Amino acid sequence: MLRNIFMFVAISFSACYVQADTLYENLGGQAGIANIVDGFLEEISYDREIYPFFAKSNIKRVRSKLEEQFCHLSSGPCVYTGDDMKSVHTGMNIDEAHFNRVVELLQTAMTKADIDFPTQNKLLQKLAPMRADMLHR
Amino acid sequence: MKRSFFSLVWVIVIGQFALLSVHAEQSSGRLLATSGITQLEGSGGGGITPWAVISGHSLADSTSLSVSHTKVDVKDFGLRVDAISASYDNRIELSAAQHTFSLKGTAINLRQDIFGIKYRLAGDLIYTTMPQLALGIQHKSLIDGDVAQAVGARDNQKGTDIYIAASKLHLGALAGYHVLWNATLRGTKANQMGLLGFGGDSNSDYQWMPEFSLATVIHPQVAIGAEYRSKPDNLNAFKEDPYQDIFVAWFPSKQVNITLAYADLGSIAGSDSQRGLYASLTAYLR
Repeated sequence: MLRNIFMFVAISFSACYVQADTLYENLGGQAGIANIVDGFLEEISYDREIYPFFAKSNIKRVRSKLEEQFCHLSSGPCVYTGDDMKSVHTGMNIDEAHFNRVVELLQTAMTKADIDFPTQNKLLQKLAPMRADMLHR
Repeated sequence: MKRSFFSLVWVIVIGQFALLSVHAEQSSGRLLATSGITQLEGSGGGGITPWAVISGHSLADSTSLSVSHTKVDVKDFGLRVDAISASYDNRIELSAAQHTFSLKGTAINLRQDIFGIKYRLAGDLIYTTMPQLALGIQHKSLIDGDVAQAVGARDNQKGTDIYIAASKLHLGALAGYHVLWNATLRGTKANQMGLLGFGGDSNSDYQWMPEFSLATVIHPQVAIGAEYRSKPDNLNAFKEDPYQDIFVAWFPSKQVNITLAYADLGSIAGSDSQRGLYASLTAYLR
């Protein structure tokens, strides 16, 4: 019995090591990221609090820059060609509550896209350092 | 055993009630499971140690209010904690708690009131490189001080703990799972949190006692972790041990937290190996 448990644990652990996909792959590559971004923008469009920030945006451009950014941050084969985070968010006066709400909307979109919890967290980890450039601008 | 099972059921029933009765809209406060829980003395924290986290989900210019009920059921003793906490601006936290500590099989009940204040000095739990830092005070008034006097406490009425805490959540740090740690340094004279008075015949000076918590968020709504709280040993009559626990905290929504733990409170008033179940419910009213 104990040996079986040990074997199971050993195999489980080795399975973890074999599955050394990049974050980009775990997000489903280009198609997966496009799907997440679509869902994310959809969540935003339904959100009374957050939608006003995007009301005047060129959604097509936001979509393609977000895709580039997520792809780039997850070590995919992309270069981010958009503006820097500071200038994008200047004049928006984003506060902590807005920021957290947007994180929740992204989490919802990822959950709906069947992205597992650890993969979601890894993407959030990549995005988190941008917060300082986004708040109170 | 029957009693602790009843407590557990009660906590779950109240939790369901809170879920139904509090129909606040999905708030835009702090992220789920980052509110922390209510620690034994009513402050926002882990289960047995105060954290730098401010209770509830309050952010800039918003208030948060929570009530909690905690039961600890160990071999020879029971502890009931009723607490209320308010926070503002994710900056300042006020709390009030009452302990009812009972010796099983007797009519002995020790009650103690605790008023807490905590101020976030700097940092953000998740988003700054530095940990979130907070300074706190827990002022304790022992209502039933006879036992404290009998066991050799220097003061059987009042005591004040002061602590500084550092908390940090590392997003996705452990194979994609968040890791949260907290370290607290508490200046205290309290014997068994104050239930057996403050200071004693062996020592009556303030001592700085470290407390640690380590947790990981294994599911969007569930955190598991372990805690350790060292305590002074002021009384000649009785040895005092650290408190330790392992816990599961469940956040079914932003309005409710239910935490279950297995706690080891060590030796209390001469009775060794006080281990048992800890169950806690916090309802976040706004």
